[in-house]
Amino acid sequence: MQTTDIQLAPVRRSARRRPGPTLAVAALAMVAIVSTTAGGVLGQDAEAPRREVTIPGTDIAFHLVRLPGGAFDQGTADATVGDDDERPLRTVELSPFWIGIHEVTHDEYEVFRFRGLDDHIGEPGIDFDADGVSRPTPPYEDPAHGLGKEGHPATGMTRRAALEYARWLSLKTGRLFRLPTEAEWEYACLAGASGAGTAWTDHQSSGAHQRVGETTPNGWGLFDMQGNVSEWVLDSYDDQAYAVLSDPQPAADPVAGNPPRGRGIVRGGGFDDPLLRCADRLPEQAAWKRRDPQIPKSPWWNTDSPHVGFRLVSPDEDLTLDQISNYWKDLLGAQ
Amino acid sequence: MNRRDFMRTGTFAAMAGVPMNVRTEPLNVTPATADAIRVGVVGCGGRGTGATVQALSTKADVKLVAMADAFADRLDGAYEVLTSYEREDWMGGSGDLTARIDVPEERRFVGFDAYKDLLPHVDVVLLATPPAFRPIHFDAAVEAGKHVFMEKPVATDAPGIRRVLDAAARAKDSKLNVVVGLQRRYQSIYREWVDRLHAGMIGDMVLGRVYWNSAGVWVKEREPGQTEMEYQMRNWYYFNWLCGDHIVEQHIHNLDVANWVMQGNPVRAQGQGGRLVRRGKEFGEIFDHHFVEFEYDNGGRVLSQCRHMPDCMHRVTEGFHGTSGTAPRPGTIVSSTGNTLFEHDDSEDPNPYQVEHDKLFDALTAGEHRYADGETGAHATMTAIMGRMATYSGQVIEWDEALESDLKLVPHAFAWDATPPVVPDADGRYAVPHPGKTRAM
Repeated sequence: MQTTDIQLAPVRRSARRRPGPTLAVAALAMVAIVSTTAGGVLGQDAEAPRREVTIPGTDIAFHLVRLPGGAFDQGTADATVGDDDERPLRTVELSPFWIGIHEVTHDEYEVFRFRGLDDHIGEPGIDFDADGVSRPTPPYEDPAHGLGKEGHPATGMTRRAALEYARWLSLKTGRLFRLPTEAEWEYACLAGASGAGTAWTDHQSSGAHQRVGETTPNGWGLFDMQGNVSEWVLDSYDDQAYAVLSDPQPAADPVAGNPPRGRGIVRGGGFDDPLLRCADRLPEQAAWKRRDPQIPKSPWWNTDSPHVGFRLVSPDEDLTLDQISNYWKDLLGAQ
Repeated sequence: MNRRDFMRTGTFAAMAGVPMNVRTEPLNVTPATADAIRVGVVGCGGRGTGATVQALSTKADVKLVAMADAFADRLDGAYEVLTSYEREDWMGGSGDLTARIDVPEERRFVGFDAYKDLLPHVDVVLLATPPAFRPIHFDAAVEAGKHVFMEKPVATDAPGIRRVLDAAARAKDSKLNVVVGLQRRYQSIYREWVDRLHAGMIGDMVLGRVYWNSAGVWVKEREPGQTEMEYQMRNWYYFNWLCGDHIVEQHIHNLDVANWVMQGNPVRAQGQGGRLVRRGKEFGEIFDHHFVEFEYDNGGRVLSQCRHMPDCMHRVTEGFHGTSGTAPRPGTIVSSTGNTLFEHDDSEDPNPYQVEHDKLFDALTAGEHRYADGETGAHATMTAIMGRMATYSGQVIEWDEALESDLKLVPHAFAWDATPPVVPDADGRYAVPHPGKTRAM
């Protein structure tokens, strides 16, 4: 696999310690990307607004792109394709939102995981208390299975832990970040009709995930939506979800189940899967916690899901700190 | 194969040497009968609760009838978890465990002597307290004629090991089944692998490398109003008399595999360790790293490393080198010319934590004496203690002398207002072993 001219890899940027609640909007120059494996030129929307967000107190940055809202058909109509849980095809109406162009990296997640790396002192107006944060407990064994750290996706966490990361980042930056809904994820993966990216799958990735952003992005500039690692979404699994939420149509910003309770869902497939379609739904597996000898099992880590990570989205509208704080209290309870 | 099957049987599982599509715990919610095997648990933390769920998930006619813990809140928490524990279909078998739980208030025992009150009520006891108490509890269980599942390690000092060895011999004489929670011994990928190494697939074993390098474990902060004894009992991982140091508490798994593969116990050990990163008061007195060279009777060596440091290389595994090839990781054997001689796909293997209990309760149902793990568990624990003696003292430690050591870490009597064997200085710090000065045996 060869990619060229990708300028958005999540390198450690020079220190930017004051992004605060008002984040700089940077319209970065887009590049045309030639994919040798796809054999053609993929277009990108040169006008799509982008943002760089630096985790306060660090020089670690990540990038978001704004996706237009609109209606799209979620699921699969063809009864000969995929599983029945993708049917019926339903029309979903989504508000505009921002989405991370990369999977959340090990580097980003480590700041949350270790209090000692999180030396940022809350700024006036930011509802953040580093000592009050619920952080992952130390795992007994390596949930990432030693498959790669710097620049690689963070892996092995539960959906609950991914949500706690999003809460931490929201309170730290004053901007709401959360997991994408299943519909948002699928919409972002499909990228309108502008073309799929290339993917690390079981054909080339040698049994391990790769650094994020080394593939060709999809037509909306999103890397690794398919392949590399599967990604948690917000919804809880219901194999009848599309039937239940299809009436009335279009469903507006739907989210299924009662997250964070119930069975989670991951999307996109990983380094160990064949190339999955954007519509493929992968329910959480009991085997991912198989080697956890404790009861209750860890709310933070899976012993055996080194192929599962996540990416974040952020709503388009500016929310107040109270609104952000209340969103998390409603979803996860107090810290 | 559809995509879900694929997700469950991903090839990386075999590569990483871990079970993925292992059988989910069977949940047989057939209600316990009047003749059910009566189970009691001593030590109601996460592992004790986990072991109880596994015992209650076997095919046997079983009933949890009594629980014991030093702390009432831990016991109550475990009871709440067990009686509200539900599995959904996707977790492999649905239902709850309540039809197999009958633990009224009068059979919930709290305090240091709770185990004494529990034993008369049960046929089999699950011992899952911090390891300091295991020799006392195991001895008492055997004396009372009870079958035993006990967690590793089985002691924290040599006098404790000798007590366990003595009780293990009596258990064997009395035909009491004893299973020790060294679950690799019950894990197919290890059993298949070690069988082939013992059969000489790569000749004689000359070198082993075993690892438990991780970021560390939980910490319990000191709380107002606690006596020193209560604080240490809560934050037990960081006190040697309770835990044995992480070389004993965790790395024992890998050292047990070393003994298993080398077919014996090490005859001597030397090594080094210290406390480099994890130095706060809350980490008590234990080291954060140990590196030990063990020498075996046949001249073979095993290099052992264990570390509790965040953000370093994380590795928990074992590998061995023979005269005609290598066994680079569990389940894999390679010839000296690079040919793969054996590769075990563990994607369909059962969960070893459940297997331990399935086998124990099968034996109890059949009324047969099949398991006598006490001595193996004691020797594995002693191997780890010997490693600790080597790193604490900086000296060469001989097995025979170490096993006879009279250095006793665990006190004779326990009470909440008693002074524990180690106490902090005026700054709240505990004395840390000093290689070259510390007497470790």
